[in-house]
Amino acid sequence: MKIPQLSMFMENKPGRLSDPCRRLAEAGINIVTLSLADTQQFGILRLIVRDWEKARDVLTGAGCVVTVTEVVATEVEDRPGGLATILEVIEKAGLNIEYMYAFTFRSGDKAVLVFRFNDADAAIQVLQDNGINVIGGVEL
Amino acid sequence: MMEFWHDPGCGFHPASAMDYLPAAQLRQLQLHRLQAVVRRAYEHVALFRERMDARGMTPNDIHCLADIAKVPFTVKTDLRDTYPFGLFASPMSEVVRLHASSGTTGKPIVVAYTQEDLKVWASVMVRSFAACGLQRGDVIQNGYGYGLFTGGLGAHYGAEALGATVIPISGGNTDRQIMVMKDFGTTAICCTPSYFLRIIERAREMGIELRDLPLKAGVFGAEPWTEEMRKRVEAESGIKAYDIYGLSEIIGPGVGNECAHQNGLHIFEDHFYPEIVDPETLEPLPDGEEGELVLTTLSKQAMPMIRYRTRDITSIYAEPCPCGRTIRRIRRISRRSDDMLIIRGVNVFPSQIEEALLSVEGTAPHYVIVLTNDGTMDDIEVHVEMTPEVFSDRIAAVEGVAKKISAAIERIINIRVKVRLVEPNTITRSEGKAKRVLDQRKK
Repeated sequence: MKIPQLSMFMENKPGRLSDPCRRLAEAGINIVTLSLADTQQFGILRLIVRDWEKARDVLTGAGCVVTVTEVVATEVEDRPGGLATILEVIEKAGLNIEYMYAFTFRSGDKAVLVFRFNDADAAIQVLQDNGINVIGGVEL
Repeated sequence: MMEFWHDPGCGFHPASAMDYLPAAQLRQLQLHRLQAVVRRAYEHVALFRERMDARGMTPNDIHCLADIAKVPFTVKTDLRDTYPFGLFASPMSEVVRLHASSGTTGKPIVVAYTQEDLKVWASVMVRSFAACGLQRGDVIQNGYGYGLFTGGLGAHYGAEALGATVIPISGGNTDRQIMVMKDFGTTAICCTPSYFLRIIERAREMGIELRDLPLKAGVFGAEPWTEEMRKRVEAESGIKAYDIYGLSEIIGPGVGNECAHQNGLHIFEDHFYPEIVDPETLEPLPDGEEGELVLTTLSKQAMPMIRYRTRDITSIYAEPCPCGRTIRRIRRISRRSDDMLIIRGVNVFPSQIEEALLSVEGTAPHYVIVLTNDGTMDDIEVHVEMTPEVFSDRIAAVEGVAKKISAAIERIINIRVKVRLVEPNTITRSEGKAKRVLDQRKK
């Protein structure tokens, strides 16, 4: 159920984002979603792609520093309060979220939330116990 | 005099016999040569004669080695002021080779050699290589630049005189360096330590593991480097990294070299007389104390250097080396007064930054120190390349890396400096002497 996410180090300077995207495009890799976390000096580009191993090789081959971490994706109704319900479950269980991001998927009425937990396995257990739909990489 | 034959750890070549001369005999030889070279300088070089006359001394005043303190110093500007041939003590008909510095600041300095000088130079290079355990049968890839720079030809003739197979590849063209290293079975390489870092990096990119090749030793010099850098180089390449010291003004590479113990560089004292002086008062300091290295060439003919101030900060080891060599050692040079930066009133050497950076596990040995000025005061920022070892998907963890490096630097230099993490391969790789400091201050 855990989904591999690629994270890539980049300096915070103009035009830096297009280069990795172009390289992935040239390799025929489609980006499911991405999120950019940035500070004044640097940024971390987080990517979910279908063929993550190939994407990792393309990026490291281009001299990028890339790391792979496992994240948890859940599906919620794309309506007010959808996120709050999930967060309540997470809070109650005392799970620590390192970071999260969201996107809507395939113009449906559902949104996908991506969480980076300290302990992904424990988090999946809690979410499933509370009837929240944890989705796997294949479904993306 | 025979014990050294039985020490397989320290390479031996007949030329190395002078490394083991009994101390009394060595001092006697040094005094004899010192008297001769001071006389030669006085009789043949106007600048030396004028300086000694101004002090009211003559070559006859040298009765013991300590009398060297009576002789005036020579500094780098003396070589520039007498450009090109003003310090030559031999007629041009006896000068068989000229070398020159790159002259980045104004005119270059020119140095000269007679045939005898070249023999001495080759012999001290032989002793340097032998001290690294190299001998006939070794394949030495000489990556020092050939040309006016003393590194290339100095190492070349020394390696040939040793009886090794020399690959005169010169600097640059890293892919070819690696191909040759692999195909020709290179057992030792000579180049700057920073260029060897580039070779390690490139070999890895090419899928070649240096530790799987016959390469076993590196003779690295021509720029200051630290003990931490040695550890990195050795761990990443599987070779032994030896420090060689020299400067064109004195002869070129081969003034001193490490032995198997890699603890200080033996100075070939029968040809180069070392003193340590206080850089402020210029008073001689006893063995063990840190100061500026001053060298006198004891046998140079074409261009004797008398009490030349090297600007290199080191100390002479008082205790003998376990290798049995009687020639004294100096502590490895990682500081040059010329490189000193003054940041918020504090003296900082680039090597201190290097030492601190490399003490943090997983960091890249590629860095540059950027000097800036916001209009009121000077500041420095250290740029360090991100590595997969220290990277994380979490912002706080990445910021933690910069903080950790910054704290390590602060522990050594006592001031806080900004550390900026940059993308891999964005800091310029050097094929010769690395440029560690980028001055962006508005002049």
